[in-house]
Amino acid sequence: MKQFSLLSKRVGLAFMTPAGILIAAFVIAPFFWVIFVSFTNRSLLGKTAVHPDFVGLGNYIHLFDPSSFFSQGEFGFSLILTTQFVILSALFGQAALGIVLAWLLQSVPKPLKSATEAVVIGAWILPEVVIGFAWFAFLDYENGTANMIMSALHLPRGDWLIHSPFWVIVVFNTWRGAAFSMMLFNSAFSSIPPSYFQAADVAGASSFQKFRDIGLPLIRGHVVTDLILITMWTFNVFTPFLLTHGGPSYRTELLSIYTYRVAFKDFEFGKGAAVGVMVMLINLAFALFYLWIARRRSHEVKA
Amino acid sequence: MKQQLGLFVSRIGFSVLTAMIGVIFALPLIWFLFAPFNARAELGIAIPNPFTLANFHEVFGNSFAMRGLINSLVESVGGVILVGFGATLASYALSRSPLPGKRAITYVLLLFSSVVSGSAAMVPIFLIITALHLIDTQLAVILVFAGGLLPTAMFILRDFIDGIPKSYEESAMVAGASPVQAFFDVALPVIRPGIVVIVVWAFVNIWGSFLIPFILLRSSDKMPASVAIYSFYSEAGTPIVTLLAAYALLYSLPVIVLYLFVSWKFGFRFFGGIKA
Repeated sequence: MKQFSLLSKRVGLAFMTPAGILIAAFVIAPFFWVIFVSFTNRSLLGKTAVHPDFVGLGNYIHLFDPSSFFSQGEFGFSLILTTQFVILSALFGQAALGIVLAWLLQSVPKPLKSATEAVVIGAWILPEVVIGFAWFAFLDYENGTANMIMSALHLPRGDWLIHSPFWVIVVFNTWRGAAFSMMLFNSAFSSIPPSYFQAADVAGASSFQKFRDIGLPLIRGHVVTDLILITMWTFNVFTPFLLTHGGPSYRTELLSIYTYRVAFKDFEFGKGAAVGVMVMLINLAFALFYLWIARRRSHEVKA
Repeated sequence: MKQQLGLFVSRIGFSVLTAMIGVIFALPLIWFLFAPFNARAELGIAIPNPFTLANFHEVFGNSFAMRGLINSLVESVGGVILVGFGATLASYALSRSPLPGKRAITYVLLLFSSVVSGSAAMVPIFLIITALHLIDTQLAVILVFAGGLLPTAMFILRDFIDGIPKSYEESAMVAGASPVQAFFDVALPVIRPGIVVIVVWAFVNIWGSFLIPFILLRSSDKMPASVAIYSFYSEAGTPIVTLLAAYALLYSLPVIVLYLFVSWKFGFRFFGGIKA
């Protein structure tokens, strides 16, 4: 039989063109442009805005200057803060909460399941500005709901946005993003044949035993997928800016917020671009690792 | 019997625990159900007393705030049209045409789009938009989002089209249709649910975004609602709570409606855009 295809190469290329132009201009061009800019002293205002000088590795040397690397408001400080933020809020917070919720939801009555899902997903899909303000109100020292509950429980009130801002954004991001892990693990758990669990029930296994010995091992692949995706997203998230603006005194200045400040507050585009390149390198490492895992798994399925 | 009882107890325990987590999750949001309808709302939760719609009246009368919502709509719809149009054509070509290396193309684009995140690319995007003389235009916001969202949209939609048998279009062509006719009259109606998914996904993404319009726009009459909402702050920097809450609720409404629509139509699993 003659191999016949629906679209000729020419029509195929024509179909690709609109998307191709947009992606080339606003995804691929920025990728290379940011590398180029990071070797210049381009600024937003002044002479170097129009005629930037080539400064070689100057911006990078500045970023990695050992005398100030770990000081508050510098690159190293921000990098370490972001790493802690990812580990605590994504890997421990979102993934753990997501898997616990998904497991619980397997065996609770339908109305309770729908209600819980709606709230958790609501936290995830509502616009970030709205969520930022909701939390601002929630944590208000005088009247906020959180402090109202603290008083009702006879616990000391806290001005958390001032005194422990980092923990605020950790809890905030856990709350904001748990929905994705919950949904992913939820569909993973429901794809396990019920007979596995029924057999365990007959043997008198507790829910925790079923989770540890049946549920978790069978969704191992999904756990890896989830961890990498939420790591990448959390690493790049800008939303905490809406709650703390990176402060007080840089204590919540994640890399995304640091980039914004360097480029658009201090107007140092060259240095901002260098931070952008570092962020992209880290993203690239995560993305390649993810693709490698996904490929390996699809081979396993075929084999 | 004893085991039955144990099962029963653990079920109740599970339900109580789930309900507790659900309530804790709801706490930061409850405020939004009450404050917009409260004439004297503060940052605390209070049953509206007196209950009023005056806050909404005032927001509707604020032309700057209303323009913010319209701007959000313009940017989201514009972006969605480009994403829907571009992704449909491109993913159809990736699925059905004999282009060499088409699988690799999809993965490379996906890789690029996950590496070039908003936080990494804000400087070059700003510079490219400036070079194109598009700074402070809504077109800039539309184009940047269209480019950024397209790779994922294409990936989702290509998978969807791959799942549709080629024989649909083939039989149309045997009956004398041209490939382009087969695409518009046969394939497109079948692909439509997939297009709806990416359109909703893109809309919610653009509608809720803050960083890109915040960087690319300057004139206050072009700001989308996500940036315009900060006009409800007094000069001293304290929020005017009643108006802000009412506006936030209005601004959230499309997202809530779309959520209900998608979960009614497809179940919510689609939304992550990730096939596990």
